[in-house]
Amino acid sequence: MAVYVLCLVLFCVGIYAILSKRNLIKIIIGLIVAEHAVNLFFILVAYRIGGRAPIFEPPPVSIEPMVDPLPHALVLTAIVIGIATTAFMVALAMRIYEKYGTYDIARIRELRG
Amino acid sequence: MRVFLSLLALAVIALGIAMTLTDIPFGKPKADIATHYVENGREDTGAVNIITSVVLGYRGFDTLGEVAVLFVAAMGLGAVLATGTRTPKANGWEPASLVLYTGCRFLFPLIVLFGAYIFIHGHLTPGGGFQGGAIIASAFLLTYLGCRGRRVHEAWSSAVESLGGLTFVVLGLAGLTAAGHYFLSAFLPAGTLGQLFSGGIIPLIYIAIGLKVGSELAGVIDRLVEESQ
Repeated sequence: MAVYVLCLVLFCVGIYAILSKRNLIKIIIGLIVAEHAVNLFFILVAYRIGGRAPIFEPPPVSIEPMVDPLPHALVLTAIVIGIATTAFMVALAMRIYEKYGTYDIARIRELRG
Repeated sequence: MRVFLSLLALAVIALGIAMTLTDIPFGKPKADIATHYVENGREDTGAVNIITSVVLGYRGFDTLGEVAVLFVAAMGLGAVLATGTRTPKANGWEPASLVLYTGCRFLFPLIVLFGAYIFIHGHLTPGGGFQGGAIIASAFLLTYLGCRGRRVHEAWSSAVESLGGLTFVVLGLAGLTAAGHYFLSAFLPAGTLGQLFSGGIIPLIYIAIGLKVGSELAGVIDRLVEESQ
């Protein structure tokens, strides 16, 4: 149970960065932290006591019980998608910096009007 | 004020999540589908790695969607960053210091080989197309470190990327027509469990995904590096 709470704390650190920071780069970092906290939570849900990686070996080696393979498969793709969306966010941030000369979201709002 | 409001919102979010967390037991099996996958995964798909059999066997169509999302994200990045025509540098590329340059030249083929190993053995050992592709992209990142201004060949990169995606779809359609059942059905023989040439179409699809993800992420790195110079 304690690991779930620690995972929630990590998620909250990311959400706090998204909500309170004004620098775009820090917001992106917060998003990455929150995203990986969710990935970690999936892996924690998949775990079972004494479970091992769900990869079979030749007969003499028995590795029952195995952890739940489905969340692992979901997280596997989620990480790669996370990289791609992060790269996209960084590209948008770069363009915003080029146009407004600042990463501060409050100042970007001022400059527009 | 801003900090106070965000802390308040955070407290509400954390409380809501914590209330649901108390109902999830830690370390106990939770879904019957897990036992089904573990018990039948080898016979159904021929892959020893059960995660691979879930990613490409049971949820192959879903994986095709994920690959499409990756493609769209990379394309969007290209659309945001590519504003003008490319201007090739007159003096070409300049190598970093001798140690860094030589080290990168030495390590590049080894890293690409390791990435290829990871995605070819995706059905036998931990790893697979996505991980192998990311490792290959890291090899290209190393070349930018060792050799400033050196670029990925764009035509080759997009050719490999398209070929990877096309192979995935064509294998799926071949399953539809050859076996006559459904999209991405396993129409090749499963072979002996645990051998390199086993698992039917799974290693072929993972090779396609590995090449596609590798060239896509290398392209993403390439555009970001170009923009920052």
